[in-house]
Amino acid sequence: MPHIQLPEGLPGIRGAMAYRPETAKPLNDLVEKLLHGPNSLTAGERELIATYVSSENDCYYCQTIHGAIAAASLGDNEAVVKKVKHDFEHAEISEKLKALLVIAGQVQKGGKQVTTGAVARARDLGATDLEIHDTVLIAAAFCMFNRYVDGLATTQPRDEAMYRERGKRIAHEGYINISKEYLPAEIAD
Amino acid sequence: MPHISLPEGLPGITGGFAFRPETAKPMRELAHTLLHGPSTLTPGERELIATYVSTQNDCYFCQTSHGAAAAAHLGKNSDVVEQVKSDFLHARVSEKLKALLLIAGQVQQGGKTVSSETVEKARRQGATDLEIHDTVLIAAAFCMYNRYVDGLATWQPRDPAMYSSMGEHLATHGYLTPSVSAPALEATK
Repeated sequence: MPHIQLPEGLPGIRGAMAYRPETAKPLNDLVEKLLHGPNSLTAGERELIATYVSSENDCYYCQTIHGAIAAASLGDNEAVVKKVKHDFEHAEISEKLKALLVIAGQVQKGGKQVTTGAVARARDLGATDLEIHDTVLIAAAFCMFNRYVDGLATTQPRDEAMYRERGKRIAHEGYINISKEYLPAEIAD
Repeated sequence: MPHISLPEGLPGITGGFAFRPETAKPMRELAHTLLHGPSTLTPGERELIATYVSTQNDCYFCQTSHGAAAAAHLGKNSDVVEQVKSDFLHARVSEKLKALLLIAGQVQQGGKTVSSETVEKARRQGATDLEIHDTVLIAAAFCMYNRYVDGLATWQPRDPAMYSSMGEHLATHGYLTPSVSAPALEATK
């Protein structure tokens, strides 16, 4: 049961966002920019970073929904999502993304854990400053989202089909559009 | 030296914000709503929560700038800020705020460590659901801001006058506009 009284029937972060639309708006704007906006990293790559950090933070809702969005963005490749969560160095992804996942994993442990060696490796493999910036911020942001979702003890149904279906829709429509389902119209736009 | 090429002369998060204005905007709006917007918690109480979490995350820039904002809100009382950072259970703050700081500390450790007992304790001291929600989200958000600031290895000068002037600006104007600019920084030297 959630620690506070959240609107019913809205699992994970949706219940918390519907509870407090004033903070939901910048949260959705941030995730839209980071994961769905224009970027030299593909949406699939960015969702894999979000999924990996959420998995390291042990947040079931976030790792499952972002894993589903990642899979949908990568041609329904659920196998690569699973591999990234458990052993990304041996996943079928680019060497650049592996280097960015190392940085993301360091951010998850703490900002000061990020090493110049890890940043240099990413740069050697072609990562730009903007890609390194966004990797750090995606990882940092999911240290927030994960704590928000678990810190309120939101409901997180074990229903893979629900996450898979919703993941496809978010991959296609983006976060702000989907948020119109549970936020007041004047806030969601 | 920062891990990526950030605009020079901008300390801490302001360098990251200037590098990537698209993500700065929702991050500013989130901080503004949480720390400066209408709330039954005073801005001083909310800045103390932000300062405490930033201290637990060992982020010098965030704990010093938000500590300065808290002191500015609390009648230039930097003693209470220092007490909250080192031993909040014996600080001269309300019992309700102490209970909320316990929740914030649990969020900092990880979302799942928030216990029903600490939530109940806060509620017994008069905390509302919205206050508990905002405490969880402030603590979670600072787990993002702190990692962003340290994860990029931003420039964090040891200059008490600069932080004190930033704190005054944040306490008066909030978070939507920059609290420091390169010329303003020059002026404090």
